[in-house]
Amino acid sequence: MAYGPKIIDHYENPRNVGNFGSSSDVKARKDIGVGLVGAPECGDVMQLQIKVDQSTGKIQDAKFKCFGCGSAIASSSLATEWLKGKSIDEGLSIKNTEIVEELNLPPVKIHCSVLAEDAIRAAIGDYKAKNGLVEAAAKSH
Amino acid sequence: MPVKLPLYFDNAATTRTDPRVVEAMLPCFTEVYGNPGSRNHSFGWASEAAVDKARGQVAGVLGADPKEVVFTSGATESNNIAIRGVANMYAKAPAGSAGRGHIITAVHEHKAVLDPCKRLQKEGFEVTYLEPGRDGLITADMVKGALRDDTILVTIMWANNEIGTINEIPEIGRLCHEKGVLLHTDATQWAGKMPVDVERDAVDLLSMSGHKIFGPKGVGALYVRRRKPRVRLTPLVDGGGQERGFRSGTLNVPGIVGLGAACEIAAAERDAEGPRLLALRTRLEQGITKALDTTQINGHAEKRLPNITNISFGFVEGESLMMATKEIAVSSGSACTSASLEPSYVLKSLGVGDDLAHSSLRFSLGRWTTGEEVDYVVDKVVAAVNKLRLLSPLYDMHKEGIDITKIEWAKH
Repeated sequence: MAYGPKIIDHYENPRNVGNFGSSSDVKARKDIGVGLVGAPECGDVMQLQIKVDQSTGKIQDAKFKCFGCGSAIASSSLATEWLKGKSIDEGLSIKNTEIVEELNLPPVKIHCSVLAEDAIRAAIGDYKAKNGLVEAAAKSH
Repeated sequence: MPVKLPLYFDNAATTRTDPRVVEAMLPCFTEVYGNPGSRNHSFGWASEAAVDKARGQVAGVLGADPKEVVFTSGATESNNIAIRGVANMYAKAPAGSAGRGHIITAVHEHKAVLDPCKRLQKEGFEVTYLEPGRDGLITADMVKGALRDDTILVTIMWANNEIGTINEIPEIGRLCHEKGVLLHTDATQWAGKMPVDVERDAVDLLSMSGHKIFGPKGVGALYVRRRKPRVRLTPLVDGGGQERGFRSGTLNVPGIVGLGAACEIAAAERDAEGPRLLALRTRLEQGITKALDTTQINGHAEKRLPNITNISFGFVEGESLMMATKEIAVSSGSACTSASLEPSYVLKSLGVGDDLAHSSLRFSLGRWTTGEEVDYVVDKVVAAVNKLRLLSPLYDMHKEGIDITKIEWAKH
């Protein structure tokens, strides 16, 4: 697979790798939203965690881990960069097509961007659910 | 000595043509260029002599009579001629009807065997696909259990191309001869590298390829037994009646000469090369498995080709692993790179889970592989797996004691 320079850059120097603690720790924290999407047997699993400043409602920090191909790693790495500083509603507006465009993903790797969008939605959804904002989430669709 | 990058560890896919083979082929382009079918002038005779010499060299590595060697374009064509040719010749009912006869093969054969079998199923033949255990082995007992009164052909590869497991060919051959059933074996990964004696091993039809044994691409051979029993075939390609009528078409003289030379070199060097490759393979496997937890070597522990190893690395994905080791040419256990996200059907047939199948690499060694290269590959692969495991949410879960098979994943 011949990848463009942006994918290679994110793959070789992934941004914001990690998490905000063990899975039980982050589960208990209300300021953190966790998204875990994909499946090992499909060859892609993304874990995205956002840390929200609860006074401003802005995403302070984002971390990811990814089991997947170079495009999946690059897509999730890019997602963390884009999420930082955004409000949770702004985060929800990130579209997979923007990721495709930014990374110049080849057609067979579009699903990686879809998975990254799913991970964003899952992480923000988890944050909203923890903080009783679920109705707001439903309205925004 | 520093290694020269990139490194080639994909000799089961194809090999570098041995310069000695190229040297043998060159005169066939510009000097010995006659058509071996031209019986009335010296140009034809010279080419015919070159083909005869090659036929003897190929027969030599098979323990066959030169008359039993049919030159083809490669093992895929050899497999097709053998399987479809036997089925159509020995069919028990005419075309268009059902119950034309029974064929036995295995689920983890090469596509060049499976697809002809599937076509024959559509044409009224019945096919049994044997299923191996975790070691990938097909035994004579498994074949025995599947034999029927209307079985006309057993086609089982000698050694598997993805995992290197060596099937019980002599035992299966003897069983087939007892029962009066023909045995074809796809010996693409075996013939030339490992000893063959079609008499001792009771093989009736055998496919082999030039480019897997340091010969040229586009040439192969099919061994067709001439006595006890005399195997008959319905040809797939009709025309000038070359190759005993089994395969019409002007002979690819340079390719055939190359295949012959490749066989002769392989036979002369085999006794030294086998142990050398096994030592290198062991060095590779031990280097990797000692440095990394949660890895597994796929296929049979002992009954395995000395030049192939297929390793699954838990919690990392195959394509990203290949990206991280891009200066090393290997094959991945999943076909991601060919745009379909299917994990290897061979690994799946052994019960390797889809997740591990996606995380598998096949390393295949060759004539020019060195110990320094193996050490370099070990270091690179270990570093790449460690890097990707730092990125892997699955490895975190594994370390936290979470069983990832128990999680309800949303399949996509």
